[in-house]
Amino acid sequence: MTVDTAATGVPTDAGPDNDIAIRLDGLTKRFPGTPRPAVTGLDLVIPTGELVALVGPSGCGKTTTLKMINRLIEPTEGTVWVGGTDVRSVPAHELRRGIGYVIQQAGLFPHRKVADNIATVPRLLGWDKARIRARVDELADLLGLDRGLLGRYPSALSGGQQQRVGVARALAADPPVLLMDEPYSAVDPIVRARLQDELLHLQRAVRKTIVLVTHDIDEAIKLADRIVVLNVGGLLEQAGPPEELLRAPVNDFVADFMGDDRGIKRLSLLTVDDVALSDGPVVQSTATAGEARAVATAHAVDWVGVRNSDRLLGWAPVDDLPRDAATIEGVALKPFRSAVRGGTTLKATLDLIVTSQTRIAVVLDDDDVYRGALTIDDLAEGLT
Amino acid sequence: MTAALTAAEPFLRWDWVEDHTDDIRSAFTEHLQLTAIAVAVGFGLALAMALVAIRWRWTYGPLAGACGVLYSVPSLALFGLLVPVLGLGLVTAEVALIGYTLLILLRNIVAGLDGVEPAVREAADGMGYEGWRRLLRIDLPLAAPTILAGLRIATVTTVGLVTVTALVGEGGFGDLINDGLGRNFSTPIVVGTVLSVALAVALDVVFVVLERLISPWLRAGGGGAGRG
Repeated sequence: MTVDTAATGVPTDAGPDNDIAIRLDGLTKRFPGTPRPAVTGLDLVIPTGELVALVGPSGCGKTTTLKMINRLIEPTEGTVWVGGTDVRSVPAHELRRGIGYVIQQAGLFPHRKVADNIATVPRLLGWDKARIRARVDELADLLGLDRGLLGRYPSALSGGQQQRVGVARALAADPPVLLMDEPYSAVDPIVRARLQDELLHLQRAVRKTIVLVTHDIDEAIKLADRIVVLNVGGLLEQAGPPEELLRAPVNDFVADFMGDDRGIKRLSLLTVDDVALSDGPVVQSTATAGEARAVATAHAVDWVGVRNSDRLLGWAPVDDLPRDAATIEGVALKPFRSAVRGGTTLKATLDLIVTSQTRIAVVLDDDDVYRGALTIDDLAEGLT
Repeated sequence: MTAALTAAEPFLRWDWVEDHTDDIRSAFTEHLQLTAIAVAVGFGLALAMALVAIRWRWTYGPLAGACGVLYSVPSLALFGLLVPVLGLGLVTAEVALIGYTLLILLRNIVAGLDGVEPAVREAADGMGYEGWRRLLRIDLPLAAPTILAGLRIATVTTVGLVTVTALVGEGGFGDLINDGLGRNFSTPIVVGTVLSVALAVALDVVFVVLERLISPWLRAGGGGAGRG
């Protein structure tokens, strides 16, 4: 099966150029003695500097695909291009020294101290001692590893620390491409979440092209710029940004794989900046009580927000308002506890909405200027 | 055999020991040499076989089987087979001694190399180690404790067997024992036996120390502050 590489958002006819880090052309792998291929005619383009997650059920060939990139597995048919070079045109060991590799349970060399583990590839490349030492220290700092750990053996480290060392080792020679095979599946959920956050932070600093294999769709959604969903036999079902796969899965397989809570998951990818804000039941402080009541009635709520020009002052129950003709100035106001600013995820916003008395989130900009309000209805509108 | 000794004769005559320090010293040297050659050559052969067995898995059964047969042949019978072909002397003694080391060494080398975690091997390949370099820098160092344990057993066993090779004229302390048996004289028997056992124990201790030195990472928390 041949899938249009436009699925990844990159033109098919782009030759070897700087924007493409890895390119798979008609990649097929048949293992001897198995009836069907592990990977079947896979075409994929991975843009430079992106974190791409390969996901799918077991047997979908995601790990096989990853290992064909650094030739730990040789394809039966097809070509892998890394940085515009056919990977078969260089000796496998030289190719691998130029590609970072992180595996499950870190796979650290138990007989080598942490510093020596990190120095593995620079030593293979023949760097001088001073340069290696400086690089090891730099990576320890980058990965948040205490330098005191550098003289320890891996067995003295926690699982999370070992995984950080694994990443430091993979980055040691500053390769443009990093392959990660289920890197966080062996650590507990709390450490995993922290390592994932660290990877996002690290990626902002180093901007590598990262190919990540995971069976954990939430991990893929959290980390990836693009998700590639593979089906059994290495058939490409859909590739695109996480938000797109959640919003518009191309078929039932992708929809199932993304989970039956796709809407909720999208809430954590989208922010208040991605949806249209409503005015909310808010009036100027110069309004009359009658006008305020009318606004509350129009929004079907029993309270009204009060603003002074572009500042939000607070809110009052309709029952507290004076007679219709009087202005509302002087009414005792309660502060909004559900104020959010730009960049807040819709998931966090939803949480505030359902736990606030007013069932509304008010959105302020960085200067506390009132931008608008969000209700559950507004969120639902934003998701469709 | 002690029953055959005369009651008047003391078990150990120190004057004989004092008169024969040179003989005892050369017996010691010969014993150590016979052992060292046997274990060194045996290790070389076993390592070669182990590498073949690791590369082509199906060869392990036949190789281990052949070494097992060698190991199970009684030493006297083996000399009986070898002497007509190789004559009396060093070669015959060493062929027999080497033969007995092979099974233990082969099994421990293969077990040691098999014991290297697949994840570690995959990481090494993924980092860009060539096959031979991975073997030298990763696989063998990690297998070293198991391999040394094999060397230790093989060495101690060989020290004991060397006393038997006196029968083909190369025996180290075995020559002393042979001499005593021939003359119905207990002192060289005691000296040869005690020193042979002492040598075995000493070499055993050397290997225990070596095992510790070669695998600092196995002791929990190890490492300390130094960077290597």
